[in-house]
Amino acid sequence: MTQETLIVSVKGDRKTDPARALTETRWVRWILITVALLFIALFLLVPLAEVFTSALNKGFSYYFGAIREPDALSAVKLTLIAAFFSVWFNSAFGIVSAWAITKFSFPGKNLLITLIDLPFTVSPVVSGLVYVLLFGLQGLLGPWLQAHNLHIIFALPGIVLATIFVTFPFISRELIPLMQEQGSEEEEAAMVLGANGWQIFWRVTLPNIQWGLLYGVILCNARAMGEFGAVSVVSGHIRGLTNTLPLHVEILYNDYDFTAAFAVASLLTFLAVLTLIAKTLVGLKYEKERQVLPPRFESELP
Amino acid sequence: MSIEVRGLTKHYNGFKAVHNVSAKLETGSLTALLGPSGSGKSTLLRMIAGLEVPDSGEIHLTGREATYASAKERNVGFVFQHYALFKHMTVFENIAFGLRVRKQKEDEVRNRVFELLDLIQLTGYEKRYPSQLSGGQRQRVAVARALAPRPEVLLLDEPFGALDAKVREELREWILRLHEETNMTTLFVTHDQQEAMEVASRILIMNHGEIEQDGTPIEIFDEPATHFIAQFVGETNYIDTEISEKGLAVWGPFRFSVNPGLPVNQKIRIYFRPNDVYVTAQFETLQVRAKIAKTRFRGTVIEYKLDIGEDKTISAQVPKGVALASGFKEGQEVYAAITAFHVFPIQP
Repeated sequence: MTQETLIVSVKGDRKTDPARALTETRWVRWILITVALLFIALFLLVPLAEVFTSALNKGFSYYFGAIREPDALSAVKLTLIAAFFSVWFNSAFGIVSAWAITKFSFPGKNLLITLIDLPFTVSPVVSGLVYVLLFGLQGLLGPWLQAHNLHIIFALPGIVLATIFVTFPFISRELIPLMQEQGSEEEEAAMVLGANGWQIFWRVTLPNIQWGLLYGVILCNARAMGEFGAVSVVSGHIRGLTNTLPLHVEILYNDYDFTAAFAVASLLTFLAVLTLIAKTLVGLKYEKERQVLPPRFESELP
Repeated sequence: MSIEVRGLTKHYNGFKAVHNVSAKLETGSLTALLGPSGSGKSTLLRMIAGLEVPDSGEIHLTGREATYASAKERNVGFVFQHYALFKHMTVFENIAFGLRVRKQKEDEVRNRVFELLDLIQLTGYEKRYPSQLSGGQRQRVAVARALAPRPEVLLLDEPFGALDAKVREELREWILRLHEETNMTTLFVTHDQQEAMEVASRILIMNHGEIEQDGTPIEIFDEPATHFIAQFVGETNYIDTEISEKGLAVWGPFRFSVNPGLPVNQKIRIYFRPNDVYVTAQFETLQVRAKIAKTRFRGTVIEYKLDIGEDKTISAQVPKGVALASGFKEGQEVYAAITAFHVFPIQP
């Protein structure tokens, strides 16, 4: 009896693909797909379209005017500076920490792994406040900084620091599992071949992690440019001076200049779309790299 | 170039990976470091290569102290079990790596790489990436890469472990020929005794971080130095009994003449190989009566489980031709004698 049923179902519509025997019936699949697509349309596509229609509703000249306005340009510049520093700092820190965590064992290693995640778990507003409490006038280091005429809060260094903090985990979290998976055999091979530490890093380690690193850099950059909370706390919102793009959007919005706000927001949206494309391309390349890793155990020991 | 280690010791959190190991390998020798996994053989090899730092002891390469020398100063070639090829580099660049980090001239690098490609019979593969090669080809590239800077010593860590049986066989032959041509001092780690016996002229057997025996394959096989070697190398029967009178031990119908120095009642374990059991259909001399309980075909030999009474069995191996000529079959009455055996006292 059971055998007969089995034969019938094999002869049915599932005969071509054995994996299909595990999927749901047709109407369940359609409902799930429709629901998913509806959600995407409602929560992603509609707002995206809204950004561009609002940005352009007073015409192209107004749009470009809003973007070319000096305060907007200064916000773009500041955003690029903050992103530039956080990408470089976090690349360096990411490589160093991933190297330390995967190649050595030392006391406090697990604590370090946990701490790297801290910026993901703490609200950005809180991390901004921490910097204010540290470097602000009433803060721990405030008087000393004041005495030496150093400005961190409500100035560029504070914005850069806050951006670095919130984008801290992206690169190291990308590199740690990658380097763990790769192990250190290639580095050992380079070492016995007579390479020094510098040569090992540039010729062996870096080429092996380049796509993972680039992937992390893209994510880090996107977050750095879009960061609002932490930067908002430390920036002081001085127009043309300490406003990044997201802060500039907020100010324009609060001034009831909706069209300009959306025009500037569309820049961030373009950035997001570019990031998505870059992320997908690098991700594909990265996956390919990982797949051509030589099979670790081709045929197991006899 | 010779390799000498003296009292080499390496402990990991109280675990004795390598403990007080001393050995000397002569220039041009081909030696196997054999042992079960966790016996410390890889750790010893890695210390010689400079990949691990010993806790104590000394390493001498060509008479020079090299215990803490850098890899460059040691000038050893090392081949990893899983090849450890640089996967983002072509075959050419992999082999050239050791020359490039030594800043050799481009035309010298090219000449040397093509010479090695010829040696490993992979000329024409220089533009491929490691992922485009088979396991055996990768391992040959790994050997060429190790040989490129003209090392004085070649160390191989389970070089054939990740390959399937057929390829392993070919590579063994190839390594032997390579050694004959280059005559380089070679030390390779293996857990496969067959491989050690076939390739090496000398075998060091490690167990629990120490060298238990150091000898030629024949010595290791015929004169095991310890309990561990007796049961680790080759197939063997073992039986536990005790000295019943001076120079004699008895087990079932078998009588063994043993070292008269062993005291009466001393517990002993006797090891004998299945092919050292002499089986005939007719009684010849000094044999005991046995019954064939089970037959197992093993290729060139046929293995019999012999029932010798008193619930005791031993296994015997007979060359296939002899077995067929004698017409042995299950249930048949035969006569058996043990022609060679080794006795080790059991410490209480």
